[in-house]
Amino acid sequence: MRRSALTLTVAAATGLLLAGCGSSSTPAASPATSSTAVSDSPALSGTVNVFAAASLQEAFTTLGRQFEAAHPGTKVVFNFGPSSGLATQITAGAPADVFASASTKNMDQVVKAAAATSPTNFASNVMEIAVPATNPAGVTGLFDLAKPAVKVALCQVAVPCGATAAKVFKNAKLTVTPVTQEIDVKAVLAKVTLGEVDAGVVYVTDVRAAGAKVKGIQIPANVNASTVYPIATLTKAPNKATAAAFTDDVLSADGVSILAADGFAKP
Amino acid sequence: MTANPSGQALVMAGSVERGSFRLEADLRADPGEVLGILGPNGAGKTTLLRALSGLDPLTSGSISLGDLTLDDVATDTFVPAQRRPVGLVFQNYRLFPHLDVRDNVAYAPRVQGAGRRRARAAADTWLERLDLTALATRRPHQISGGQAQRVALARALAADPRFLLLDEPLSALDAKTRLDVRAQLRSHLDEFAGPVVIITHDPLEAMIMADRLVVIENGRVVQQGSPAEVARQPATQYVARLVGLNLYTGTLEVATAVVSLDVGGTFTVTWGDDDPGTSARTGQSTRPVLVVLRPSAITILTARPTQASPRNVWQGTVAALELLADRVRVQVDATPPALVDISAAAVADLALRPGTAVWLSAKATETEAYPDASAHHKP
Amino acid sequence: MPADRGSLKTADRPSDGQAPARRSPQAARAAAARGAIPWPLGVPALLGALFLLVPLGGLLVRAPWRGMPRLLADSQVLDALRLSLLCASAATAVSLVFGVPLAWVLARWQVRGIGLLRALVTLPLVLPPVVGGVALLLAFGRQGLLGRLLDEWTGITLPFTTAGVIVAETFVAMPFLIITVEGAFRASDRGFEEAAATLGASRLTVFRTVTLPLIGPSLLAGAVLCWARALGEFGATITFAGNFPGRTQTMPLAVYVALESDPEAAVALSLVLLVVSIAVLAGLRDRWLTAGTTR
Repeated sequence: MRRSALTLTVAAATGLLLAGCGSSSTPAASPATSSTAVSDSPALSGTVNVFAAASLQEAFTTLGRQFEAAHPGTKVVFNFGPSSGLATQITAGAPADVFASASTKNMDQVVKAAAATSPTNFASNVMEIAVPATNPAGVTGLFDLAKPAVKVALCQVAVPCGATAAKVFKNAKLTVTPVTQEIDVKAVLAKVTLGEVDAGVVYVTDVRAAGAKVKGIQIPANVNASTVYPIATLTKAPNKATAAAFTDDVLSADGVSILAADGFAKP
Repeated sequence: MTANPSGQALVMAGSVERGSFRLEADLRADPGEVLGILGPNGAGKTTLLRALSGLDPLTSGSISLGDLTLDDVATDTFVPAQRRPVGLVFQNYRLFPHLDVRDNVAYAPRVQGAGRRRARAAADTWLERLDLTALATRRPHQISGGQAQRVALARALAADPRFLLLDEPLSALDAKTRLDVRAQLRSHLDEFAGPVVIITHDPLEAMIMADRLVVIENGRVVQQGSPAEVARQPATQYVARLVGLNLYTGTLEVATAVVSLDVGGTFTVTWGDDDPGTSARTGQSTRPVLVVLRPSAITILTARPTQASPRNVWQGTVAALELLADRVRVQVDATPPALVDISAAAVADLALRPGTAVWLSAKATETEAYPDASAHHKP
Repeated sequence: MPADRGSLKTADRPSDGQAPARRSPQAARAAAARGAIPWPLGVPALLGALFLLVPLGGLLVRAPWRGMPRLLADSQVLDALRLSLLCASAATAVSLVFGVPLAWVLARWQVRGIGLLRALVTLPLVLPPVVGGVALLLAFGRQGLLGRLLDEWTGITLPFTTAGVIVAETFVAMPFLIITVEGAFRASDRGFEEAAATLGASRLTVFRTVTLPLIGPSLLAGAVLCWARALGEFGATITFAGNFPGRTQTMPLAVYVALESDPEAAVALSLVLLVVSIAVLAGLRDRWLTAGTTR
């Protein structure tokens, strides 16, 4: 009984070690440089953990699938969420390979913690008002959001979309009191889609992604605020080579076009 | 209390089915009378109690108290326990643990609408009557068994019932307490004007507390009568054993007054024929009879008796010895087998122990035979 | 090493955590006669205890003690605490009002399908809280099945209100109360109820005066469990009631928000919640621990 337990433990330990070695045993991996074409590097494999801002969900999911198709044997796993929360997780030691943030502030946080170096800005986004498809409160513009009868959902101020929305209101000299401060932009969108609130301030990309479920109301460019998205491969990435390849993908022409299709602007 | 006494009698004629068990009973308890229901465990006493109290319905028949119908299957009438004017004293008393003695007794007046003060006052009256005033603020777990029994009785009486049911009132008490409580209980019951039914498996309890007995075995009533009648002429082995008698079935040869016992052997008996004309009229020379022989009427010896006077003499072996309160009951394997009561000193003198060969003798005058009404010859 | 056969020598071994000097000689001998804890039980027990205690220890060790007073004075923190205590207590009250009768029906009503009903009402126990929150939106949200009617008739909507928090917390916590109390009703001695019936009490009176008092300890335990669960609820609250300081931001939400921007504050807030919870639970400790014994 003890013998086989010992054998089992040894086997398990060996397995773990090999798995650990496996992901970083890609031969002659070159560090990421900008815009190399996809499917060039030899034998990319393993899993890449990408922590990305919630607003990148649709675009990155597409990019991930493309990447997996181009490099059989790889797997791209996403953790979408509020950039601030993701930054905290990374600095606390979460096993991430790539970080794509919805604001430079959160990326700076990660760089300061020495978890990433030389991030690259790859997109930018502006805000838009989203209302339920039937627009029950008859919202036509930013000023309606300040009305007490209109229920508005915003992101928390600590999160990029919340900070950007706050900038918009400051530009427009409006005071808007939301009924809820959601964790991330997708949660705001969900409340709008479900018809629980009359309006939410989200990114233009979110409005586009929601399709017919919500109606978008543009914010005039003179008051609108934007946020810049940086991306970086993390220093302690378990799967550096494949991570770098993915990052390159995002920055490539292909990546740019996918992001643009979703409504992202250039950085 | 008021009204026509006979109109307030508790009458039951019906049956109850519980699973595969069926109880059939036909009985009556008059106001002021204590009816004892006696029977072994499993005979159906609890079933009977639950039917009388309204906790379970009858399967057929009816129960009534005077002109108040409590349960009638034919007319689909059923008065549940909470609306029956019944007072029930449970075997384990079931005093509410979260209430003190006074509140326990005050429970019935309270739930029947009296305000707290009035209910407590009523409770106090009953506590005083049953000598429980000193315990009024104690909790049930702080009083003795005998005290708990009185509290349970007080609680039932405070509900102002028109009839009382008591389930094995003394069985939860130790022997010493039982003696004290038995007398008190009897006097309290005497004061109650309505019918009282006591369920018990202890024959002594039944004899002392009850005015009349109903013996139940296997869901059937096997004998009814006064305690004296039941004790003197038990109808079944169970009753006989209960009252501590030797009972045999046999055939009597009328002319010689000799009974051929079904278990073997013969007795010369004293023939108690209630209707002397019967034998003469029917011309029967033999009759099926029950023979009763008190254990104290049998003499036990280790050598064959030489005296001629005892008519019944037979041989046997000691099977067991049982120490009773003031004597020893010797169980003897013989033809017929017998229980013999002798003093402890005699046991020592004769050096009796299981296996000892003995001789038994009994006078014919002590051996009483009477007609076997059920005429079944196998005991 | 195993000395689980109860030899008196085990009393000499250095036993962990005990203070033999405080015990009477009789108690010590009695304990020794019973024997030491067998190690197949003791080792897992120790590991289990460590597993549960080390995270709490981590909180204590890493808490920013110096910043605590400033934090506790912050109105947003006090708001969250007040809201948490208020909503948890309200949710428990609602659970008692509706849950105890439901538990009684489940325990006493002999009818086909009662088992199915029991399974369904305790579903929130196994449902992920966020799923519960979504379900609540679909039922009581502005566009929900019943919420829509509520809005049309009265103009009242539950999401984003403190009432909404109470609804969400009740939804996840009530099943705990129901399970505990139903078990107690099943186990309670019917004999007392029958005695009460023979004394003239109607079914409702029996429930009020006999059944309920007799399950007192279990009722309290169920209420405490319910309160604790409600206090800690996060997923259903944030999904159904949203997150707004002073109105719907309970302590768990405040901790989560703090984690985004100021992890130290999150630790401090967690500690505050922990201390408050311990204070309440310890206050009811004895009755909580002895619930289940029928006295």
